[in-house]
Amino acid sequence: MTSEVLQLLISGISQGCVYGLVALGFVLIYKATEMVNFAQGDLMMFGAFVAYTFLDVLAWPFFWAVLATVVVMAIVGIAVERVFMRCMIGEPPFAALMLTIGLGFLLRAVAGAIWGGEPRSITTPYAGGVFSLGDLVVGYENIAIVVGTALLCLLLYLFFRFTSVGTAMQAASQNQLAAYYVGIPVKRVFSLVWAISALIAATAGILIAPVSLVDPQLGFIGIKAFAAAIVGGFGSLPGAIIGGLIVGIAEQFAGLYLPPGFADTTAYVILLLVLLARPEGLFSTMQQKKV
Amino acid sequence: MRFIFKTRYEQDSRLIKHRGQLFWYALLLLTLLVAPLVLDRFYVGEISFVFIYAIAGLGLMLLTGYTGQVSLGHAAFLAIGAYAHAYLLAKGLPFIVSLPAATILTGVVGAIVAIPALRLVGIYLAIATLAFLIIVEQVITRWVSVTGGGRGMLVEPVEIFGVALSSPGRFYFLCLVLLVLSLLGVMNLLRAPTGRAMLAVRDSEIAARSMGINLARTKATAFGISAALTGLAGVLMAHHTGYISPEAFTLTISIQLLLLIVVGGLGSLHGVIFGAIFVGFLPQGIALLRDVLPPAVGQLPGLEPGIFGLILILFLMFEPHGIYGQWRKVRQFFSELPLYRKATYKRQKTYLRTERVR
Repeated sequence: MTSEVLQLLISGISQGCVYGLVALGFVLIYKATEMVNFAQGDLMMFGAFVAYTFLDVLAWPFFWAVLATVVVMAIVGIAVERVFMRCMIGEPPFAALMLTIGLGFLLRAVAGAIWGGEPRSITTPYAGGVFSLGDLVVGYENIAIVVGTALLCLLLYLFFRFTSVGTAMQAASQNQLAAYYVGIPVKRVFSLVWAISALIAATAGILIAPVSLVDPQLGFIGIKAFAAAIVGGFGSLPGAIIGGLIVGIAEQFAGLYLPPGFADTTAYVILLLVLLARPEGLFSTMQQKKV
Repeated sequence: MRFIFKTRYEQDSRLIKHRGQLFWYALLLLTLLVAPLVLDRFYVGEISFVFIYAIAGLGLMLLTGYTGQVSLGHAAFLAIGAYAHAYLLAKGLPFIVSLPAATILTGVVGAIVAIPALRLVGIYLAIATLAFLIIVEQVITRWVSVTGGGRGMLVEPVEIFGVALSSPGRFYFLCLVLLVLSLLGVMNLLRAPTGRAMLAVRDSEIAARSMGINLARTKATAFGISAALTGLAGVLMAHHTGYISPEAFTLTISIQLLLLIVVGGLGSLHGVIFGAIFVGFLPQGIALLRDVLPPAVGQLPGLEPGIFGLILILFLMFEPHGIYGQWRKVRQFFSELPLYRKATYKRQKTYLRTERVR
């Protein structure tokens, strides 16, 4: 019984880390630009396909392939910001949301055109191995997801805490106008935020690819990650990861202990419950002005 | 150019602003009445489908375009309307009772959904409605005794007082009548205090509250009416296809409805009609395009959603007021012919207005 619970907990954590990573991408962009990037999941899908190209089509060594994927996706992120999102500054948030929905469709179509619709798998050096401790069996892929997420979070923390670019980003996300006044190139910061967010998406894509196959529909994970981001408060970076973990773990337990159908809806039920109790999510930055 | 000199306040709230409008709308109605007599059966069916889309779009437009509340969950209201109606018909209720019952039921569900939604803004609301949609989808799939589950259920043909209306030609008129009634109803609503309160809520919640508008009630009303209209469209859609299953009411449909109102033009009733025509005929346009394009491009699997996405992006970037905005520009160009100034519609430079503090 306990081993079953532990097993579920571990697979929940690894699934939750993926949601958390995608949610992190949402939150980063939202915090800095107040735009909601509905295409974050599709960016992840795209990143996974790029990784597939480098690893399996071009057969690069793992490290270089990952590096190349991350660089390519960062460029894709900058391109998306420059071409599509920059002219949406100042438009109502709804318009930007719709634009990213369209972008998601477009990314899926492009991925389908380049790589075809059939699912692909990525070969990683750690594929197939398991780590067992007593009754507990954990795949290396799952460990890689958790370790990768932790590393990425640490890097992001260091970046935001200690580099001047990171500080500039924080400033831009707290108050855009004030950031302009003190001479921060806000638009360039936005490009950079999109690059980082696409980079996180690419990492999530590489991490999840060995667990679930890569096809153009992979991006729909993004919708659950969205629920995770909102549960976490949609403005808080640690909140995004915690939200992801909550959703991931709850989903695993619902899949086993509740009747069928609940596993797919757990994320949304949790979301609605959290929104009912705390309309701004668990860790929120919103303020209400009294009239 | 036409100048309307307003000398009385009632002129502001007239449905028909001048004689020209009366003439053109009458002509349009006449054309639509004659159309099924001349057109091929296939196109009559397609046009009824456009009418149904227009009713659903009208519902979403009222909520998103006029009240400013984004919903990604309107496919759920479509589903609730369709299933409630099909169930009531199967239980032996006549069409004439079942249609309003399903519509009202959907409206009530919409108003109930609105209660938690009232506390949410912007993106939180959009995502909560999305969650609602996915839960409704699951309920429909699992509640086999009522909905038939994944097998779906057959919808009995339309019959009003013993007159069968299920042939495409007659069903067309049913859709047309319901669309015109809904349009008139929404036009009437928008000039009444409730509708004006909705506009005020859209433009500034703070200002609306300061003017003494009850935000919660206005939003709940908007949700209810919007859901009811969408439910009505669901009823008609059920009859149009004759068979309903959970796959017919997915997130894609919600997004198509949003595409409809954005491409048509947010915040205009003309936009609903333009958007419905666009969304209704786009699949056929793409089918035609497939034949023209080289096979390597034309046979791509994701071509249709890709083109949907591309069109959505282009409209948002270059014409945020949609087809209706373009139509207004063209009309103004001809009415002021030698004097049209491009700068009239130049977009102003805007800055981000934060929503974090509201």
